Amino acid sequence: MGLKRKTADLKKRMREAVKGGGSQAIKKQKAIGKRTARERILSILDNKSFHEYDLFVEHSGRDFDMDKKFLPGDGVITGTGTIYGHPVCIYAQDFTVAGGSLGWAHAKKITKIMDHAMKLKIPIIGINDSGGARIQEGVNALAGYGEIFYRNTQASGVIPQISVILGPCAGGAVYSPALTDFVFVVDQVSKMFITGPEVIKTVLGEEISMEDLGGAWVHSETTGNAHFFANNEDECVSQIKELISFIPWNNEHKAEPFPKKPPKTRQFNIEDVIPADPKLPYDVRHVIKAISDDSEFLEVMEHFAANIVIGFARIAGQTVGYVANQPLVLAGVLDVDSSDKAARFIRYCDSFNIPLVTLVDLPGYLPGIDQEHAGVIRHGAKLLYAYSEATVPKITVIMRKAYGGGYIAMCSHHLRADFVCAWPTAEIAVMGPEGAANIIFRNEIKNAENPEEVRKQKIKEYKDKFSNPYVAAAYGYIDAVIEPKETRKFLIHALEISGQKSQIVPVKKHGIPPF
Amino acid sequence: MEPVKNTNTKRMNYKSLLIENIKYRTLLTEKYKQRKPFQKKNIKELNAFLPGTIIKISVKVNSKVKVGDKLLVLEAMKMKNDIVAHIDGTINNIHVRVGDRVKNKQLLFEFE
Repeated sequence: MGLKRKTADLKKRMREAVKGGGSQAIKKQKAIGKRTARERILSILDNKSFHEYDLFVEHSGRDFDMDKKFLPGDGVITGTGTIYGHPVCIYAQDFTVAGGSLGWAHAKKITKIMDHAMKLKIPIIGINDSGGARIQEGVNALAGYGEIFYRNTQASGVIPQISVILGPCAGGAVYSPALTDFVFVVDQVSKMFITGPEVIKTVLGEEISMEDLGGAWVHSETTGNAHFFANNEDECVSQIKELISFIPWNNEHKAEPFPKKPPKTRQFNIEDVIPADPKLPYDVRHVIKAISDDSEFLEVMEHFAANIVIGFARIAGQTVGYVANQPLVLAGVLDVDSSDKAARFIRYCDSFNIPLVTLVDLPGYLPGIDQEHAGVIRHGAKLLYAYSEATVPKITVIMRKAYGGGYIAMCSHHLRADFVCAWPTAEIAVMGPEGAANIIFRNEIKNAENPEEVRKQKIKEYKDKFSNPYVAAAYGYIDAVIEPKETRKFLIHALEISGQKSQIVPVKKHGIPPF
Repeated sequence: MEPVKNTNTKRMNYKSLLIENIKYRTLLTEKYKQRKPFQKKNIKELNAFLPGTIIKISVKVNSKVKVGDKLLVLEAMKMKNDIVAHIDGTINNIHVRVGDRVKNKQLLFEFE
């Protein structure tokens, strides 16, 4: 055979392989509003940047007549490419091939591209759309999952790992996304659960739809398993690309700087956003937009524990991670979910050299039996752990309330914040004035002729004396009191001078965070 | 574009949340609204700890039992689980029959 014929033969083989599960299966996939695996990869990557690996891998099932079946690419497409010029490794499970089920060869393709990403120190993106383990391959399918989980864990904190759920992801398969940094879901498309509605019905007699059990919204709002919720696959793709623009390639680098841009101050004026009365709400995301480049903010876990806001933005071109109490929701309290949410994000930023900016305005921890019994002690401790452990530049702005344990937890100097400033509206105290006056002046109030009047007077006394930033400033617990409109300038300066920050931590294998 | 003013000027479904005697105006989350009030466990009641099927009941109403006595067998999670008395006492009421499928935390026995 000459070169021409060999090339023609190669092309024929490639044509066969890229057909996936065939036109019938592709039709079915499209009918429910889903793209094919190949379309998904191409839509995420830069035009013509995709380089496919292992197109000709064949499955290794030998039992139950599987040896007579041909499964193109064994139901998963893997390769490398770029997103805005950033190199990434990527894989997408192909539901049209045997339901995207995971067999040994399928898993090997995934682990190979994961190993590749680790060696090259570039992010890995996994697109999940699979019916689960390929039952015919028995324990080999389980082995495949295990190999993936192990690599997810080894890669954690070394290279960014992104999971995109674009179809079912059930049973053991859910644990790979759960071990990665960010999980993207799409309304009506993504389904994640350990045991599906069928099993729940047979075992428990309880009926629930797939969407209500483990749909995109449930994981975005209730469970906190998902980080980004999109209404359709297009929106999901643009979210992935935006995230990639904010994060570094690996833990040895910083995120690539962007050209510096001023915030849109006409729309977001910091002095218009904050009500003076500390009991009134406002949307803290407007503050973030008022101080960040181009007022651009990529919020992470927008719908889960909305009483704390986390996400990425840029200040003077440099990526920062924001952690901000949200007075708009539950008065911005810390609770089980918000502590979990913020703590993991802090550890992400710390792993990937992203400075942390903390905006503080919280009345404390959410009181309640349900909170105490849900373990707010150990969950709340995660926040202290994450902030204390983080060695990236840590900058804190106390806007209004910083009471009690909440003051300590929100990246105070005591947890080694590098810069802490407060606005003149700040109230830094061991507790709110009402509660404090009731305790300190209990007897005076009780014994007074007119207790209510004395109470009010004592509250005012306490407020005048302690509900301000100057007591904390007098002890040096905050470095400066600044005007709100100076905040951006302060942040830019703090980031500039902490560019070379290095901190020696005690030698250890790893800590034992209160997981 | 419209400048953003502090949000309390807009009509939103604000509720109040009391923390340390201070009432804050704020939005509540679905999860918060749906939280269940705490119910103290009644020591005189014994509930299922897993959903499953009752395959054997070894006591009758008015049986006297001691802590650790086997009361029934609950098949759940592929196991035949013994449900044992958690207190000394007399069985006052049996709420299930052999063959019944029970939900988690469903009431099984009442003690006197």
